[in-house]
Amino acid sequence: MEDELAASITILGAVWGGAKAFTVTSGPGFSLMMEHIGYAAMTETPCVFVDVQRGGPSTGLPTLPAQGDMMQARWGSHGDYEIIALCPNSPQECFDLTIRAFNLSEQYRTPVMFMMDECVGHMTEKVVIPPADQVDIYPRRHTSRPPEEFKLFQTGGDLVPEMVHAGEGYRFHLTGLTHDERGYPAMTPETQDRLVRRLQAKILNASGALASYEEEATENADVIVVSYGITSRVAQRAIQMAREKGLKVGKLRLITVWPFPESKIRQLAARTKAFVVPELNLGQMVREVERAAGGVAKTIPVSHAGGTVHRPEVILKAIEEAAR
Amino acid sequence: MTEPDVLAQVPRNPVEPFLRMDRMPHIWCPGCGIGTTVNCFARSLLECGLPLDQVAIVSGIGCSGRVAGYLQLDSFHTTHGRAIPFATGLKLANPSLHVVVYSGDGDLSAIGGNHLIHAARRNIDIKVVCVNNFIYAMTGGQSGPTTPATATTSTSPYGAFEPSFNLPQLADAAGAVYVARWTAFHVRQLARSMNDVFKKKGFCFIEVLSPCPTLYERRNKLGEGLDTMKYYKEKSKIRNGAPTSEVAVGMRDEIIVGKFVDRERPDYSELRRNQMTARLGNAYVEEPACVCD
Repeated sequence: MEDELAASITILGAVWGGAKAFTVTSGPGFSLMMEHIGYAAMTETPCVFVDVQRGGPSTGLPTLPAQGDMMQARWGSHGDYEIIALCPNSPQECFDLTIRAFNLSEQYRTPVMFMMDECVGHMTEKVVIPPADQVDIYPRRHTSRPPEEFKLFQTGGDLVPEMVHAGEGYRFHLTGLTHDERGYPAMTPETQDRLVRRLQAKILNASGALASYEEEATENADVIVVSYGITSRVAQRAIQMAREKGLKVGKLRLITVWPFPESKIRQLAARTKAFVVPELNLGQMVREVERAAGGVAKTIPVSHAGGTVHRPEVILKAIEEAAR
Repeated sequence: MTEPDVLAQVPRNPVEPFLRMDRMPHIWCPGCGIGTTVNCFARSLLECGLPLDQVAIVSGIGCSGRVAGYLQLDSFHTTHGRAIPFATGLKLANPSLHVVVYSGDGDLSAIGGNHLIHAARRNIDIKVVCVNNFIYAMTGGQSGPTTPATATTSTSPYGAFEPSFNLPQLADAAGAVYVARWTAFHVRQLARSMNDVFKKKGFCFIEVLSPCPTLYERRNKLGEGLDTMKYYKEKSKIRNGAPTSEVAVGMRDEIIVGKFVDRERPDYSELRRNQMTARLGNAYVEEPACVCD
């Protein structure tokens, strides 16, 4: 397509035409796609947006790593909505989690953000691709109701509506305006309240099922390093160095970053002294960690403006200070 | 007679089955021409004989952007300026759909101008109806790329002075295979053009000039919607095949209408198939995109 505005809505048209679709971008392109992430959230269009993060703002650092779009992934489009975002740290995970991203988008009828960074994006490692029949696919939630009994945004217990496609005889209407169960514009405070709260609840109610992370030695840890993406692999080295010095350090690597695993952090906060949060930005996910920790454990950011990864020694220093 | 008896005697409008009657009344102002163009479109659907379940309509944002919502088809009210790329996605995913984009001049040629020229260039098989009322009507009558020089608008209180787009020339130059212009007065010709494009493969563009009595005519002291219809009647000249470079519209000038371009050119899917087959031979398989088969 001619630009990111086009790409980010062509995929949505393709989904309503019956396809699975995604688009890939970096930095400025992600900014351009924001309106259609909101449109996808509002119209409950299953799709995947991949952002290979680079340094910003603006053109910033093309082809150099950063993790500065984590909050944009969550809040970038206007209005209230929830999002699912996954964060791989290896080529193998790029493969596995892309499948999961599509599955989650179908299950919850929501755009899923796939938050890579330049390092993971350009990384070469062995990837095991399973036979196609061993890949779990969550099918599109296509309705079995006939057109006369079907309403485009009618939902059951899980608050996720069933779907149809153009050309199937349903003669449905889809709009980005606030809409009722039929999909017709209904711009009243009541409809807005019902719709936006449902869009939020269908994701937040599933926070437990959506949570995914890698946890290691957090049981008796004085310090827990919380990281994601490429930074988690640098942090691994820092954790190893700290353990060699006799420090009790745990690890929590976030794989699902949105919805943020608040209850996990809250639970860990009760049994550790401090969280150390290295990330390739000036402090984004660390705010979430701090909020979830609620002052029960200290939260120590290790910020980095991007362009390269942290030096493990810098993270080690923060661990040592936190352990005191 | 009781009220239902009286209602039963009111003759039914033949285009009613094409409209979402449960959404009436529509939002358009008295004297607005958009409804007239929708009537023409419904009549063309009546005549073209296409299975209506296979017709999808896509609009952007604005007064004309509301058209999709009133048609009893698979209908999409998308984001501002992006009806064409959404329609492109629909068509790519399901090539058997007849995809129509119905939107306004601001939506299609200003914010969406990039997509208009690129869709015409790649000759994707979608049909575009562009209702041109010379301003952004829904948002209060601001000037846009089609506003004629000297026209008064809410953002050009002392008169517009930027040169305006000649939309048929733009579509022609970018590669559209069918380009026509009519006004809201030319209802038969417009319906015929709409019917034409359903039979035509590739990117087709129909411009329809339409009065906006509330924001354009009133600010420019041009009277009511009916006065504009009289102007269309008196000042329009049908010149089929006119070079599109000669059909620019000025402030209350003569209006050249007609079918300007009707040519053959391989469309996107044919170009893709040809190239892929030339490069890959039998290894190229066009897979259906639908996930639900």
